[in-house]
Amino acid sequence: MSSVVDKVWATLEPLTDPEIPVVTLRELGILRDVRETPTGLEVVITPTYSGCPAMGQIEDDVRASLEQAGIEARVITQLAPAWTTDWMSDEAKEKLRAYGIAPPHRTCGSGAGEVSVMKFVRRQPTEAVACPQCGSTHTVVTSEFGSTACKALYKCLDCQEPFDYFKPY
Amino acid sequence: MSTPIDYLLHLADNAVVLGQRNAEWCGHGPILEEDMALANVSLDLIGQARLLYQRAAELMGGDATEDKLAYFRGPHEFRNYTLLELPHHGALVGYAAADRDYATTIVRNFLYSALMVHVWDGLQQSADPSLAAIAAKSLKETSYHLHHSRDWLVRMGDGTEESHARAQAAVNHLMPYTEEFWTTSPAEGAAVAAKVAIDVWALRPAWDALVNDALAEATLTRPNFHGYVTEGKVGLHSEHLSYLLGEMQGLARAHPGATW
Repeated sequence: MSSVVDKVWATLEPLTDPEIPVVTLRELGILRDVRETPTGLEVVITPTYSGCPAMGQIEDDVRASLEQAGIEARVITQLAPAWTTDWMSDEAKEKLRAYGIAPPHRTCGSGAGEVSVMKFVRRQPTEAVACPQCGSTHTVVTSEFGSTACKALYKCLDCQEPFDYFKPY
Repeated sequence: MSTPIDYLLHLADNAVVLGQRNAEWCGHGPILEEDMALANVSLDLIGQARLLYQRAAELMGGDATEDKLAYFRGPHEFRNYTLLELPHHGALVGYAAADRDYATTIVRNFLYSALMVHVWDGLQQSADPSLAAIAAKSLKETSYHLHHSRDWLVRMGDGTEESHARAQAAVNHLMPYTEEFWTTSPAEGAAVAAKVAIDVWALRPAWDALVNDALAEATLTRPNFHGYVTEGKVGLHSEHLSYLLGEMQGLARAHPGATW
């Protein structure tokens, strides 16, 4: 890896998700690639949910950081392979938990073509989601959709705390 | 063969019209959680529509943009299923004011997302790589919409006398509009021939199984169908689309090019 590519990664490393400021764009898998091309540097980002309103902010943050560091690079938005929560590192998941958001379980298929449509037809008995406050798996879903598109609302039946669950995607 | 733009517009218009319709619940949901759920579903749908309009604009070239496609086409140019433009209540004329009925909302979301999980699944193999990429994302989102609407369908159908009656009325009202799924428009035919789209007819058994299974669990009856098959996807809409677009497009048309 060339030093200029390293420099871009280092420059963008502090950037976090505007909604979840404890995890970085790299850890979330939104910042996909930094590459040198014959026509200049490219930074590749991928959207999470199609309609995620944070994406505009994220792209602006990336551009502003590059500009501040005096780096000229194009910011490319790439859809494929589709973003999946499986790309989240274990450290990132631990940070989410410590922040009060239950981290996502693994999805069955991650890339395009691997998702079996049949798993959507009937709800499979899902793995219990552990409460990020007390660790109990005695929890119940309150709503499939939470404060942002990527989260569901849960409630812990032991400590009685409501919490967010980062949905597998 | 190139990607038929009309087919992309059909998919995009479906998403934007239902997204706009469901967004009417924002701030008016029956309970707080459902208010947020419907806003989130709309966000996904409008996000999908944006990606599809962007792809269509790219293929159209010239000065086409996603905003022009969403805000500066008239009702006759929209290619969405008629089902998706109907208001959140039973059959009434376009200017009538009536209370929104959550059963209508849920039944429609269920019937549409039960189709779209199969459509997006198939489109992951589209000859248009951009459409395949959009499909892979949309499938993940639509699966949550299906879970959500199916859950509520069962809760309402197998709920109280009142919720059962309203869910059954919504099924009776909306089911005939799903016949439009199974006819082939010129845009769909061209897209299938170009291997950009899949033949929706082939999805019918899977959709039927999904719908019949959910209706049975919800103790609801599937009505028999006889009659007119709607043609929203070729631009022949109900009177409701104009009112919906009037609200959606009014600001952009009053202040073209405005930014903030």
